[in-house]
Amino acid sequence: MTADYIAQQIVNGLILGSMYALVAIGFSMIYGIVRLINFAHGDIVMIGAFVTLGLLQSLGAPLPVVAVGVLLSGAGMGIAVERAAFRPMRGAPQVTGFIASLAVSIMLQNLGILTLTAQPRNFAFPDYLQALIHVGAVGFRVIDVVIMLSAVLLMGLLLLLVHRTRLGMAMRATAENLDVARLMGIPINRTIRAAFAVGSGLAAIAGLMWGGKFGQIDPLLGYVPGLKSFVAAVIGGGGSIPGAILGGYVLGLAEVLFVGLLPPIYSAFRDAFVFAALILILLALPNGILGKAAEDRA
Amino acid sequence: MLKVADVHVYRGRTHVLKGVSLEVGRGDIVALIGANGAGKTTLLRTLSGLLRPRRGAIRFQPRADGPEADLTRLAAEDIVGLGISHCPEGRGVFARLSVRENLLIGAYRRRDRGGIEEDYRRVRAIFPILEERAGQAAGSLSGGEQEMLAIGRALMSRPALLILDEPSLGLGPMVVARLFDVLAEINRQGVTLLLVEQNAVAALNLARRGYVLETGRMVLSGPSRQLLEDPNVQRAYLGGAA
Repeated sequence: MTADYIAQQIVNGLILGSMYALVAIGFSMIYGIVRLINFAHGDIVMIGAFVTLGLLQSLGAPLPVVAVGVLLSGAGMGIAVERAAFRPMRGAPQVTGFIASLAVSIMLQNLGILTLTAQPRNFAFPDYLQALIHVGAVGFRVIDVVIMLSAVLLMGLLLLLVHRTRLGMAMRATAENLDVARLMGIPINRTIRAAFAVGSGLAAIAGLMWGGKFGQIDPLLGYVPGLKSFVAAVIGGGGSIPGAILGGYVLGLAEVLFVGLLPPIYSAFRDAFVFAALILILLALPNGILGKAAEDRA
Repeated sequence: MLKVADVHVYRGRTHVLKGVSLEVGRGDIVALIGANGAGKTTLLRTLSGLLRPRRGAIRFQPRADGPEADLTRLAAEDIVGLGISHCPEGRGVFARLSVRENLLIGAYRRRDRGGIEEDYRRVRAIFPILEERAGQAAGSLSGGEQEMLAIGRALMSRPALLILDEPSLGLGPMVVARLFDVLAEINRQGVTLLLVEQNAVAALNLARRGYVLETGRMVLSGPSRQLLEDPNVQRAYLGGAA
């Protein structure tokens, strides 16, 4: 096992981590503001992947246009999910919201199978994105670099949105105390809708990346990455965006290194490993890596 | 300015307010006292639109020469725009936002940049401590400072009527004395006050009129001097034997 091999695995881990982080952010934003876990969030990844396929392969649109289209379609899906499944449940016991989002998830997956068939589809980016670059003995494709850089760019823009704009301030205030936010005149429905739109837009972009990275997509593709990104959000510290980002990268790296460094016979256990890591980390740090002591919302 | 007539509010199946009426005159200071569970907070939350009455009328006239609004039909986020600012029980500052952000959020509905600047200066003049702490997270302030922040934030919407729910809760006597001085000053600057307090003596000394709420009904009202001397009020709320 050489240093180059390890460097290669770290690069692969960062790519996977970028995707987990983008999806985990949405889990955190939505949990932070409505205190509900959106189980349909992973399926937005799948929708993003299929929108990419449609725009790129059927229409032949250039990648930046595809990215904007994917972002907008994810945001639109997020708004629709909020309106259909979450808003009617507001004020109901938490478990009602969980079940509603689980129902949305199952519906999206089956709607996908119904309209697109369960047959995996090949996903090919244009040649210039598939070209290999070598840095020393570490090789990666142009698309890998695009994934990593655009993830960092999007996260930077998101942090600016949340911390430097009026809407971001309203989101943070609403996340802390919904009733007092209303007393301040913050239109909470619009603010919650914005959080769903932004979080889901990022998840759809992760879907674009997923297709580009793995070359095949199917209607159930969002399920496992969705669960793992949820794990990433919890590991990082529930409800915090920096926590979700950190959790995403930690999980991506850990998963790739587990598969890459142990004998191949263990690689079938990669998902088991992820959830075992979740249990261990939560045993040591019940609030996640960046999480603060549990807070109550009176 | 504010007229509440025969308001009934339920929480779940519990009939919390059973026909409450109350009036607040322009420029006045009105104290609402009553034991825990009497429904004081429920009444305030109904006024600001967080709860809806099942029956009754709430009419508010922001300006003496302006139209009246029916608050029972408006959402909380719109009522603040009419000129009612509600400083909630337990202060409700946004602990993870900075002091400055908390104050700016108080002006969330306003678009008049110059007016917001002016009110920001005015609030900092009333509460110099907030100026010193502007960049800190609000959660790092002491209880008294958080109360000042909550009141300053409420003033940032430039309210005609300021509603305060237990502002003295959990504060030491020195801080409470300073707080009531500030409230008197705010009233002199033209803001009408409606105050709910456990500290009935301090509240009635500040207020010109008072109401006593008992298990969802107004049992007494009048000039606060009169309430302070009422033997029933003294026995129940002022801790003294008549």
